[in-house]
Amino acid sequence: MGNHALSYGAMLGRSQVIAAYPITPQTQVVELLSEMCADKTLDATFIKVESEHSAMAACLGASLTGARTFTATSSQGLTLMHELLHWASGGRLPVVMGNINRAMAPGWSIWSDQNDSLSQRDTGWIQFYCANNQEVLDTVIQAFKVSEKLLIPSMVILDAFTLSHTYEVVDIPEQEKVDEFLPPFKPEITLTPDDPHAFGGLTSPEHYFELRYKLQKDMEKVEALIEKTGREYEKIFGRYLGIVEEHLCEDADLIFITSGTMGSTAKVAVDELRKEGIKVGNLRIKVFRPFPFEIVRNIVKRAKKVAVVDRNISYGHHGMFFQEVKSAVFGQTNGIPIFGFITGLGGRDITPSTFREIAQYAQEKEKPEENIVWIGVKK
Amino acid sequence: MRLSLPEEELMNSGHMACQGCGATLAMRYVLKALGKKVVLCIPACCWSVIDGPFPYSSLDVPIYHCAFETAAVSASGVKAGLEMVGDTETTVVAWAGDGGTFDIGIQALSGVAERNDDIIYVCYDNEAYMNTGTQRSSATPYGAWTTTTPVKHFKNRPKKDMEAIMAAHRIPYIATASVGYPEDLFKKVKKAKDIKGTRFIHIYAPCPSGWKSRPEDTIKLSRMVVQNANFPLFEIEWGEKYILNIKPKEKKPIDDYLRIQGRFRHLTKEEVAFIQEEVDKKWERLLANVNGS
Amino acid sequence: MKKKKQVQKIDFKSEKEFPLMPMSVGSMLFNKTGAWRNIKPVIDLENCIQCGICWKFCPDVAIIIEDEWPVIDYDYCKGCGLCAEECPSKCIAMVEEEK
Repeated sequence: MGNHALSYGAMLGRSQVIAAYPITPQTQVVELLSEMCADKTLDATFIKVESEHSAMAACLGASLTGARTFTATSSQGLTLMHELLHWASGGRLPVVMGNINRAMAPGWSIWSDQNDSLSQRDTGWIQFYCANNQEVLDTVIQAFKVSEKLLIPSMVILDAFTLSHTYEVVDIPEQEKVDEFLPPFKPEITLTPDDPHAFGGLTSPEHYFELRYKLQKDMEKVEALIEKTGREYEKIFGRYLGIVEEHLCEDADLIFITSGTMGSTAKVAVDELRKEGIKVGNLRIKVFRPFPFEIVRNIVKRAKKVAVVDRNISYGHHGMFFQEVKSAVFGQTNGIPIFGFITGLGGRDITPSTFREIAQYAQEKEKPEENIVWIGVKK
Repeated sequence: MRLSLPEEELMNSGHMACQGCGATLAMRYVLKALGKKVVLCIPACCWSVIDGPFPYSSLDVPIYHCAFETAAVSASGVKAGLEMVGDTETTVVAWAGDGGTFDIGIQALSGVAERNDDIIYVCYDNEAYMNTGTQRSSATPYGAWTTTTPVKHFKNRPKKDMEAIMAAHRIPYIATASVGYPEDLFKKVKKAKDIKGTRFIHIYAPCPSGWKSRPEDTIKLSRMVVQNANFPLFEIEWGEKYILNIKPKEKKPIDDYLRIQGRFRHLTKEEVAFIQEEVDKKWERLLANVNGS
Repeated sequence: MKKKKQVQKIDFKSEKEFPLMPMSVGSMLFNKTGAWRNIKPVIDLENCIQCGICWKFCPDVAIIIEDEWPVIDYDYCKGCGLCAEECPSKCIAMVEEEK
């Protein structure tokens, strides 16, 4: 299942310290990893912490010593870690974390919703949104390489149940080939008595600014590094990750912009609509942070209309992919209408007919009459 | 000249502590006992400021300044990481104040102790949230003034019994110590260094600024508090065996101790008598545990 | 006097000189905390019994032992008075700092 793809990615990536706390629907990730550690398929220390906050804290401590670290969580757990997500990026600690997109309580929900990870978009983590199990496994391995090169943490994000619990055939790379692709983590500076430093001390206005400037400057190098790393991976394993997945966008009049598993559903809808003569395409964004401004702009430019589909909402504003796409194309695309749709919150099912409804709406209206078009809400 | 402690220093001058700070003496003695092969995990507390701002440090050992609640588990993570990268010798120490131990950090500490992770946890106790300006913590003793327990509403709950809580976790080693007895502290840290598993050392560290005491009284207070049995020096092995290190021949009255600290100046005769009663009861309980071991 | 550690105040001229994460690259020894005090200890070596107690109880490591005698490092002494208070032969006096 998708969860196990995360475990295999962490194992093949030779994680050394894992600290995690269970939360539905992530539990299988850590259960498989603790089995792998117990029978030494993976040579790692698994710290069975008592909360997600402690999970991230332990990973940060281990990462600073130069160990490769991995953890996984979801919704309440991810948001419990929030303070430490800032710590990871500011501390330049390349932790890789799997996050299962699950709706935020209250009320308790275990189903798919993007608010948990998207509300962390400002914390300085690289964010990958996956749509199938193969992608999950390949992304984790590449995430280690990207994160460790630029010392910026990554999260690999899966939809609850639709990806985390779906079984698919996955090609599991050979350990030797992964080792060839991903060398051991050897940072220049680590926490050790052989070279004592105090890390993360009191930093005055005289110094903080430059440190954060450097983080952003390195974030700006991530996109190119993901592409380069993706080509290296492709050479050895024959599969290229990429920043986005385009499906019939070149001549599309209307482009759906999606992420995660709804991106796969959108492709089905696109194929159906195309048969009916409607020229639609789907752009699935795989890397949300750093946001691929230019790539999105270049693809969107060719269309007549764009429909961004969000499985999330920033209350008091709009869907978050919508916000970011609009800012990417602002002033650059001769006023192509960008429609924002919100659907599927709390795990409400997204089906090809959801996309039909979206396509119909976008075709009927010349331009957006409202910033949020709610699809599926019982009004 | 025969010094009772090794001469080598791993703490340098120039640090930011107040005059007469007990917490710096605690650090100085603990580092003498542990030596160079040490990593400290320091959460938000006085020591996260005392050490000095970026890009400086006043210690010759590495420090990981970690998030407030995470001292214990950050140390666990560091220990796990060091072992995985091939260093099994370095001692990892969580170094936290009473806030980061008794209050906000207690969950992580409990988790570490329950798992018996291989770290030394040192709590230097100045009995309030001193770094943020003397607000009450659960380590603040009954009767004390703090900025959040003003004189009209002084702290009216007893100090949390951290040793009992740690003993309930059945960890290999717990010890109390006082900067007024540096040789005892030194011996205990040396003993702890050679034990595997979670070791908890609770050090009494006066704060002249927050206690409104004279800076030069720091050591005097640190001796009085042992001699009047308010902060007895003892060890607990595996949560069961209690060892009393210093048994005062005559328990001194608590009054003398309270009188030289401004934070207790408002107490009435009755309140002082109540405090004396509680100290006596606590002492009897400890003696019972010692005798029963 | 024992050779003192050479330390300097650190000034970064550009972001390129900063380390990647906030980490110490220098010592606090540049910070001469002696400037904090109003009173200073003066040891009367005539009556000093060389017990080492003043050295032991200094929170600022501002008393060092040289040739078996305690010497106060006035660059760092904050004037807390612990040495004078704890000295068993009462040979340390706290005197007003000159202006």
